[in-house]
Amino acid sequence: MIRASDVSVGDALPPLTLRITRADLVRYAGASGDFNPIHWNERFAREVGLPGVIAHGMLTMGLAGRIVTEWAGDPGAVVEYGVRFGRPVPVPDDDEGALVEVTGKVTKVLEDGTFKVNVTASFEGKSVLGGASARVRLP
Amino acid sequence: MPLDQSYVGRSYPPSPPYEVGREKIREFADAVGEPSPAHRDPEAARALGHPDVIAPPTFAVVLSLKINDVLVGDPELGLDYSRVVHGDQVFVHHRPITAGDRLSVVLHVDGITSRMGNDMLALRAEITTEDGEPVTTAKSTLVVRGEES
Repeated sequence: MIRASDVSVGDALPPLTLRITRADLVRYAGASGDFNPIHWNERFAREVGLPGVIAHGMLTMGLAGRIVTEWAGDPGAVVEYGVRFGRPVPVPDDDEGALVEVTGKVTKVLEDGTFKVNVTASFEGKSVLGGASARVRLP
Repeated sequence: MPLDQSYVGRSYPPSPPYEVGREKIREFADAVGEPSPAHRDPEAARALGHPDVIAPPTFAVVLSLKINDVLVGDPELGLDYSRVVHGDQVFVHHRPITAGDRLSVVLHVDGITSRMGNDMLALRAEITTEDGEPVTTAKSTLVVRGEES
């Protein structure tokens, strides 16, 4: 697990490439209890004006959070994590799925000694989570 | 029709306790691709100083989604959930959610604003143990799309 003394403002976290497939959406629906049909039913998604089945925003948030938890080494180190949901991530009905690129950077040391980490997640070069950041308490 | 402003400041009675299971944590960690053994192996979690396996940082959504049902089921609020989009979400963890926790949720309506024909509903789910120990504060904004959009 990384120690506070090893961290400086400006540090970049190891980037992640995430793949989201239809199978991931089904698994997340079951685990989270979010069975909104826009995340699994193409016909329904199009009827409500979406380009097709889209990923749960909370799934994208959860997946992207891994950049912080893996870097910190203890998922319990994340004392705060927040995002705004921007663009949806359409997930095609194939094995390739949608690729989301995640980056993270330490931007601040707060008064209580926690570190603020800004997170970006982009799909086809465009941000899908706005203002995403985590606050991390390190030993 | 805009949402009733008198709902601002309202809170709902605490939910019945939700018991956090090890297997549920593992299932959620698998679903969000969190590889840490702290979600799966009690010994690994204890090595990091936790009393049992801990949940990933976004696990609290399982509880905050469930509590939103009280809004949907409140006929006086008149919330059309089919028009609802999740605008933002913040989790503040007072400590990690841990297997064996029995958690209760109190939902607060912190604000209702209208912007460009949409209603924005600011919600706060205070998640505590049955004894009232604060565990997680989950804040979210639900955007209720206007009729014409």
